Amino acid sequence: MAAVRADSAGGAERATLGTPDSRRRRRYSHDLIGWMFVAPAILFVLVFFGYPIVKNLTMSLQNYSTTTFFTGFAPWVGFSNYVTIFADPIFITSVINTALFTIGSIIFQFVIGLGLALFFKRHFPLSGFLRSLLLLPWLLPLIASAAVWKWILDQGSGALNQFLGIFGIAPVPWLVSPTVALISVIGVNIWLGIPFNTTILYSGLQAVPEELYEAASLDGAVGWKSFWYITWPSIRSVVGVVVVLGVVYTLKVIDIILGLTGGGPANSTQTLATLAYQKSFVQFLFGQGAAVSNLLIVVSLIFALAYLRITRKEVDE
Amino acid sequence: MTATQAIMTSHGGPKGRGRASRGPKGRGRASREWPMTVLGIVFLAIMIFPVYWMINSSLQANSGAATTSWIPLHPTFAGYETAIQQQSQNLVTSLIVSIGTVILTLVIAAPAAYGLARFKLPGMRGFVFVLLITQMIPNIVIANALYTLFTSLGLLNSYVGLILADTAAQIPFSIILIRAFMASIPPGLVEAALVDGANDFRAFVSIVVPISKNAIVTAALFTFLGAWGDFLFALTLTSTPSVRPITLGIYNYLGANVQAWGPVMATAVMASIPATMLLILAQKYISAGALGGAIK
Repeated sequence: MAAVRADSAGGAERATLGTPDSRRRRRYSHDLIGWMFVAPAILFVLVFFGYPIVKNLTMSLQNYSTTTFFTGFAPWVGFSNYVTIFADPIFITSVINTALFTIGSIIFQFVIGLGLALFFKRHFPLSGFLRSLLLLPWLLPLIASAAVWKWILDQGSGALNQFLGIFGIAPVPWLVSPTVALISVIGVNIWLGIPFNTTILYSGLQAVPEELYEAASLDGAVGWKSFWYITWPSIRSVVGVVVVLGVVYTLKVIDIILGLTGGGPANSTQTLATLAYQKSFVQFLFGQGAAVSNLLIVVSLIFALAYLRITRKEVDE
Repeated sequence: MTATQAIMTSHGGPKGRGRASRGPKGRGRASREWPMTVLGIVFLAIMIFPVYWMINSSLQANSGAATTSWIPLHPTFAGYETAIQQQSQNLVTSLIVSIGTVILTLVIAAPAAYGLARFKLPGMRGFVFVLLITQMIPNIVIANALYTLFTSLGLLNSYVGLILADTAAQIPFSIILIRAFMASIPPGLVEAALVDGANDFRAFVSIVVPISKNAIVTAALFTFLGAWGDFLFALTLTSTPSVRPITLGIYNYLGANVQAWGPVMATAVMASIPATMLLILAQKYISAGALGGAIK
């Protein structure tokens, strides 16, 4: 990119001098104008994405403490932050929780989302209206959703336990028992992800030509058969996008967990994202927080690259 | 932000619209379709229940006691009175930060989208890739580094700091969204203006922006929603009550052991109003854009 910029700058210089080759001159000034439109955005991305990534790398090699922000002194400590993190049993718990949270969320979001997408594809009266209302849970501020779920899942007087009580089921400690809390948090995250999955899969289903189904039904492929031989192969790339994006976004989830449980009880809902937050902003160990963040980035980037591979065709267009 | 992409795909495609209008063909089919509608309403009711519960609890003063009734038979606005008393300043803060974010995002994203859509220079495709990747970087990573940067710049606990951080989070998606639309503008339109003596920047302001109104408004609405719902930057980059967005107001309720849920739910309802409005407004804009495309 730097080379291109230097080129354009040179072009501008030549343009003012008035090179005889006017076509070439016009191309250079054309390039320069193009980059001027994009330049503020590039600058912004450099400062707010480039800098944080580099800064996280250097922070993870330094020892930050509560006094660092007054003295500005954070000594270099090599990889000791990573060593500390890897030796921390809470880190191991967080990795397992992150895996369970992500896998559990993705599987159920996808299956329920696909079911609803197939259901809404049938275009019954009000289907468009109902489908658009389905988006509501997902547009609400995450912390507002976390608040209402915390209330619904309240052990003493929450709506869910009130409802289960009708059937004589004893109150379940949804968010306060270390054995149940992770399941509850996954459940809420599934609820949040269903609209996203339904909507993308629905648009994928819309793109399957109706003629395919008509032709297949002549050959006797209806019901499950038509789903397996027509629908599934046709939406496979959309499925890839939904699942990979789902993973990337689930890895980032932090609002919901902080709102519902704060990572507790007894770290039973601590994930890599919440651990990074805890280390940096609760314990003020920014070095360790950055180390956890960097691991999170690596995992996210692996899936991000998978996503870009799937959508490369779209970008090329 | 992720939400928005899917909304675009689901409502933006002309295919979906065409199919939908083809829907019910004969009267005979309708009778078979109504049970589907009933089932659809049941599914939706389950999905929407938390939203209902939020409104229901916000209207009951004694939410928190074991007797929250399933329907607000005796609605009271006491919860809202408390919420407004405690949270109105935070609502204003959220409004300032969100509007500031929308303005800054559009000022940067709209020209960038145009540059990327029209000039197609070497390296630009690389930048689009970078934009896609940035959307996947966990915000906690950004917050971690911004905290140290903002400490040295004195931007902690400031509107400017929050606006900058929120803008960073919203810019990639806005550029991608607006760029997709601007790529469909026939180059001839702009070239005609250039022949008439306008320069590229004039042509952008007087021709490209008005044509792209729907895409820009859509980006603005989604940016507003993203900034309004931001929680992590508010949590990490502010610590005093002077600049405290509404999301953090809700979170602070949750931190303590909640005794009365009425005011908490009332605050959640107020914080959800923009999302509800967006659901109505964005659909209008997105379908208008799709219709406009179909007519051409």
